[in-house]
Amino acid sequence: MKTTSLITRRRAIVAGLASIGGLVAARLPRDLPPSYGNLLRMGDTLTYAAHRTLLPAQSLVREYGVSDLTSFPATGTTNPAVSVTSALGEEYRTLQAGAFADWRLSVEGRVARPQSFSLAELKQFPSRTQITRHTCEEGWTAIGQWTGVPLSRVLDAVGIMPTARFVVLHSVDDWVDSLDLIDALHPQTILAYGMNGADLPIAHGAPVRLRLERQIGYKSMKYVRRLVVADEFDDGGTSGSIRNGWAWYTGI
Amino acid sequence: MDDARGHARWVRLSHWIGAASLLVLAVTGVVILMAHPRLYWGDIGNDLTPALLELPISRNHQHAGWDTPRPFFAKPNGPVSASRTFDIFNQNGWGRSLHFLAAWCLVLPGALYLLGGLTGGHFRSHIWPGALELAPRVVWRHVVDHLRLRIPPATGGPRYNVLQKAAYSWVVFVAAPLMVLTGLAMSPAVGAAYGWLPRLFGGYQSARTIHFFTFVALGLFVLVHLAMVVASGFRRQMRAMTVGGVR
Repeated sequence: MKTTSLITRRRAIVAGLASIGGLVAARLPRDLPPSYGNLLRMGDTLTYAAHRTLLPAQSLVREYGVSDLTSFPATGTTNPAVSVTSALGEEYRTLQAGAFADWRLSVEGRVARPQSFSLAELKQFPSRTQITRHTCEEGWTAIGQWTGVPLSRVLDAVGIMPTARFVVLHSVDDWVDSLDLIDALHPQTILAYGMNGADLPIAHGAPVRLRLERQIGYKSMKYVRRLVVADEFDDGGTSGSIRNGWAWYTGI
Repeated sequence: MDDARGHARWVRLSHWIGAASLLVLAVTGVVILMAHPRLYWGDIGNDLTPALLELPISRNHQHAGWDTPRPFFAKPNGPVSASRTFDIFNQNGWGRSLHFLAAWCLVLPGALYLLGGLTGGHFRSHIWPGALELAPRVVWRHVVDHLRLRIPPATGGPRYNVLQKAAYSWVVFVAAPLMVLTGLAMSPAVGAAYGWLPRLFGGYQSARTIHFFTFVALGLFVLVHLAMVVASGFRRQMRAMTVGGVR
């Protein structure tokens, strides 16, 4: 017996799924990170695309009270003056000896007014203090209070070009990472120079680290020294997460 | 949908996609846990706070590689910081990404399976236990039969006894949704968008602990499931779930 119904259940389901697919495709970010044909990185890209299309872009992470502060392990690089053997390590030793008075953050790339900021200059911007949960990829969590300048303020000061799509960060311990502009301009994304009411300790990334609250801990780069605004995705080469076998997007 | 015809093709396909994804999720889940084999309750837990349970599953188990803790504040018993001096086992670079890839492979076809099962009557007719089957006498008889290892021969299709239905219902309607929700509750991006999700489970670390114990329960289910497949006629059951048909 042939069905004569115009709208069958199967057709309704297929049409429904196709419309959802269409809506998702319309909100997809224009730039997706490269996967180099690597199946794992394709999965990361799917997660990134799903988060960017399905989750609200400006949702804030939970902020805690001072009584919620917990003990906080320092992992990865915990003192570049000892562990970084390159010229950057040497330079860090000198800066550290001078209490980072001569330290400067260079902001360059696709910006109208490239500049470098001293620690004192960064502290002149309106600051933001937030008590948030650090979520490490290893599986542990900790709550810390972070004080710093919203990255969006710094980007406003240098004037990013309309074609800019990513902010690339370089660290003293030779790590290169990047953020899309949704994360870079997020109100809780700050360049932190204070932790728990004091100067940011060496072990936690002094003098300045990134706090990127909607991703896993390793995206909150410690020992930031240089920002490059870019039009195109920059994987950081051999210093980047992808080439080292780690996901670029870690909202999960 | 005729009982005598064996498993429908979409059920067989869903079964093997689910089985392969679960295997990958289980292996990578253990790899991820090995990086930090400590479980906690609440929102927060790390090497400098007490654990609920410490699992001896990697060299990271109770490693003492921390320098002298430094207090953040002058007051006693306050939060401290310590730097790690131990080279930990950590394969999360591929472990995490493969875990999430397998999760996508389970969740997307799984959603279609749920849609098909709900709209096509598969759940109502084959999976969800009926009121008559839930009569204590019937349930008791099946429990006693199973304990005496009087396993009925394979039907080669979806004609399940009440214990099977209860087990499959638990997997489909309780364990699988719980794994997805506790998994999502651990995502910082999802937690920012939907703060009620981590709160529902009592915080990030509680969600992680529930995620682990649900995995253990699912592992026990798989062991019993495999034992019953063997006991009821392995060749016939495998044929029914692969090429299909009863004979």
